[in-house]
Amino acid sequence: MFDWQWEFVWEILPRLVQATGNTLIAAGAGYAIALVLGLVLALAQRSPSRVLTFLVREFVEFIRSTPLLLQIFFVFYVGPQFGIRLSPWMSGMIAIGLHYSCYLSEVYRGGIESVPRGQWEAATALNMSTMQTYRRIVIPQAIPPALAGLGNYLVGIFKDTPMLSVIGVAELIHTANAIGSENYRFLEPYTMVGLIFLAISLPSAGLIRGFEGYVRRKLGM
Amino acid sequence: MEDISGYPLEISGADAPMVSFRKVRKVYGPLVVLDDLDLDVAAGEMVSIIGPSGSGKTTVLRMLMTLEQIDGGVIYVDGSPLTHMAKNDKLVPASQRHLRERRADIGMCFQHFNLFPHMTALENCMEGPVQVLGISRKEARERSEELLELVGMIEKKDQHPSRLSGGQQQRVAIARALAMRPKVMLFDEVTSALDPEVIGEVTNVIRKLVSEHNLTMLMVTHQMGFARDISDRVCFFYDGKIEEQGLPAELFGNPQKARTQQFLSAVKEAV
Repeated sequence: MFDWQWEFVWEILPRLVQATGNTLIAAGAGYAIALVLGLVLALAQRSPSRVLTFLVREFVEFIRSTPLLLQIFFVFYVGPQFGIRLSPWMSGMIAIGLHYSCYLSEVYRGGIESVPRGQWEAATALNMSTMQTYRRIVIPQAIPPALAGLGNYLVGIFKDTPMLSVIGVAELIHTANAIGSENYRFLEPYTMVGLIFLAISLPSAGLIRGFEGYVRRKLGM
Repeated sequence: MEDISGYPLEISGADAPMVSFRKVRKVYGPLVVLDDLDLDVAAGEMVSIIGPSGSGKTTVLRMLMTLEQIDGGVIYVDGSPLTHMAKNDKLVPASQRHLRERRADIGMCFQHFNLFPHMTALENCMEGPVQVLGISRKEARERSEELLELVGMIEKKDQHPSRLSGGQQQRVAIARALAMRPKVMLFDEVTSALDPEVIGEVTNVIRKLVSEHNLTMLMVTHQMGFARDISDRVCFFYDGKIEEQGLPAELFGNPQKARTQQFLSAVKEAV
């Protein structure tokens, strides 16, 4: 009844390892997009222009209130109607990066708001421009308290990469499905995928905490 | 918008004040914080501002540092308008660019120091000169080290603020403000957040500045003895106005107004 075949596991392992690489690349690239775009969105929400602030806030709300899967489909299948033809890889990373940038923008926003007003005033007293104040004073202090939140979403993005399988990105689930239907065996590939996710997610939380401590020490906080 | 056509575009002349408040008004909703304030501070003068809390003392400094907008009147620094700028021979409210240009003349120290926690004492002092004035790191470092020497903090130059006591942080903050070479220095209750035993190390630095440097200074303080010792003039604020002002010996020794007398005797009792 419980027919676990080690031989089969060894046979499919190379493909799974390769798919793990693809998954990490997709998560990493999506996260990189989200890190940069999230900061841009957070700063835009603090701009003196009311129109810009309003539009960005509505955009963030919209993205956060609709499913990631829908956004992936939209970029991949609806994009071409507007002349935007992207590979599954590109579509996937853009959709996932965009989706998470909206979550990360909230994390950044919390970090920025945690910087005391006195820091802004000290920067003004030194005659720093708004740009200099953000770059040199506010953002460096906003990052350490935001790191835990930023890190959680890194694990989150990693666990959401299977959604890219629906548009044919050869990440872990997609590969496990393929292996399963080729061999009529699903137990081993899915179990392995679960273990791989676990093996990567679990230590990440600890690593993120360690990194947070390191950054705080480095900044003397 | 208030009519400001009656204000001069420049204040010139040998005896022109370094700082001039002309009918400056500040309101928060229905609350009048400063009520048509007129105050001139001569170049090199040390003026102390005393008074009960809520009398608008700190607001005077914050407006001069452009941390608060003014609701009426004009502030001049070194002869030119700070809060306004000339456009077609008329004064109009200052643009951000104008503020940045004119703000360079002013430096400020805060009650809670507001050092940048992610930078060492030395980096705090170098930040403005390097980033804003565009001075080379080498030159900024030399200048900052000189100033840290002046405030007695050179041994701690590589420490982050979290490792420094309040008095030490405030001395670094003074060095940081001086590194920008302001013409006017503002001290906003710089000893109020300090433990009593370290107040002296900060007031001694300010004393040194008064005796050795030709800076124009405005100081809001609760240290009456200190204000009396080092000021050229003391202003007693009450209810958004200067109730009484004069030489320290006169104001503390023989106050004329009833409110000044009340305030000074209440303060004396507290000590």
